[in-house]
Amino acid sequence: MIPPSPSTPRPFITARIDKMLIALYEVARFVGRFFREVLLPPYEGREVIRQCYEVGVRSLPLISLTGFITGIVFTNQSRPSLAQFGATSWLPSLVSIALVRAIGPLVTALIAAGRVGSNIGAELSSMRVTEQIDAMEVSATKPFKFLVSTRVLATTFMIPVLTLYAISVGLLGAFLNVNSNEATSFRSFITEVFGTITFLDVFSSLAKSIVFGFTIGMVGCYQGYNSSKGTEGVGKAANAAVVTSMFLVFIEELFSLQIVNAIRSF
Amino acid sequence: MNNKSKKPAQSAETVIEIENLHVAFGDNEVLKGVDLSLQRGENLVVLGRSGTGKSVLIKVIVGLLKPDSGRVVVLGQDVVDSNTTELDQLRLKVGFSFQNSALYDSMTVRENLEFPLVRNVRNLSRAEIDRAVEEALDDVGLKQAINQMPSELSGGQRKRIGIARTLMLKPEIMLYDEPTAGLDPITCTDINNLINDVQERRGASSIIITHDLTCAKEVGDRVAMLFDGQFQRQGTFDEVFATDDKRVQQFYHYNFTE
Ligand SMILES: Nc1ncnc2c1ncn2[C@@H]1O[C@H](COP(=O)(O)OP(=O)(O)OP(=O)(O)O)[C@@H](O)[C@H]1O
Ligand SMILES: [Mg+2]
Repeated sequence: MIPPSPSTPRPFITARIDKMLIALYEVARFVGRFFREVLLPPYEGREVIRQCYEVGVRSLPLISLTGFITGIVFTNQSRPSLAQFGATSWLPSLVSIALVRAIGPLVTALIAAGRVGSNIGAELSSMRVTEQIDAMEVSATKPFKFLVSTRVLATTFMIPVLTLYAISVGLLGAFLNVNSNEATSFRSFITEVFGTITFLDVFSSLAKSIVFGFTIGMVGCYQGYNSSKGTEGVGKAANAAVVTSMFLVFIEELFSLQIVNAIRSF
Repeated sequence: MNNKSKKPAQSAETVIEIENLHVAFGDNEVLKGVDLSLQRGENLVVLGRSGTGKSVLIKVIVGLLKPDSGRVVVLGQDVVDSNTTELDQLRLKVGFSFQNSALYDSMTVRENLEFPLVRNVRNLSRAEIDRAVEEALDDVGLKQAINQMPSELSGGQRKRIGIARTLMLKPEIMLYDEPTAGLDPITCTDINNLINDVQERRGASSIIITHDLTCAKEVGDRVAMLFDGQFQRQGTFDEVFATDDKRVQQFYHYNFTE
């Protein structure tokens, strides 16, 4: 028997890296296939609309609640720091910047990752496990187009819409808080808010949400469509969909921060 | 129990040709050099113990699994070398009924049956679709289930709906994966009659995988027995079982004695 040499961990590391590279290649191919299939006719208009509705309905209640409460809490917690400088009149602009630039897109994406991403992962992987995807495949009904393309399009389109909604609800919460504490009128609140937010703020926030939406749909579909057979595959796929897409959303948030800062200083 | 009495006219045309097919999953060699051919209009029964690779074989035929080596030609088209578009063209002519039915569980029975039709044949009128659905349901005797969800059906009913869904595209070749498993004797007879009916009325050629020798006897023009990754015995039902081979005899006695 060969005694273990100090270099034994090496093959382990290369094997791991190999595996990672293969996984990356698989993901790239999956994404490439999405763009190919989405651009080529026939288009799945009706199914896309149905999926948009699903995404919206599924996340609307939670996003309403979270957006509203975040607006109130954030305003309330920011008040003491501003009060030290006698600057509580800046609350509307402070809160609106935070909501538009960061909190709105992030809260929406995280909730959608939990609600929509896990659902897509579980749904597609249970279809994979029970051979429903194979059944579509052998009847030439193009399951990738029908299942994956539609869902990714739906999240890419709906997450920005939900983000705008989350921001509005958050601002409503902020207004109620400011109104009851500082007796700010609705009119001056709105003037304050729109005087602060720039086009770049809204634009970058929407661009970011499009990327978030694409990520959530893509990760959920990838995990579900390629899930392992067996019932434990379903749980794994749902779980991996949430964890991976939340992780990626934060990474993308960091990147977009750098990009937008670069644009600002330009 | 009678052997299949009426043999339909068979032309010499070969619709499926498999040569020296090898399939392995890691170290698990499942098919080790399978040769098989299916003639037009013929019902071929494939027998074999659980896990011998019967389902794998028909999945290779429709291109769901890629073989490690071997030639698979279906209706004159090489399946292994086909691209997705060619494969889809071919799949319209080959019906595949899954062992576990594989019904789309988010859709009603009606939507399940419509699905392959509306996604492959554009510009059908509502009336044409309805007629096709009702006809297919009538064939399997489940007209009343049209608006139910798959989860509300029994295993046997799901199986029959699965077959009906496969028939929607009027395939030239039918691949049935254990069509009668887990069904009561009367429903079994119905399914056997359906398989023969599909052969006679539509001139379809079929491969029927089964453990059920009654079914094999009633529908099979020819029987092939899969052992150890190869077809060890082929021929008519009586020819296949006229042997002292213990494994074959066990199969027979389990089904027909005690
Ligand atoms: N996708 C797959 N990945 C790995 N192994 C597989 C796969 N599909 C089948 N196998 C293996 O191939 C062998 C044959 O499986 P198959 O489903 O063809 O059996 P079968 O003859 O249809 O049995 P049964 O009568 O129980 O349906 C089994 O040992 C199975 O473990
Ligand atoms: Mg099987």
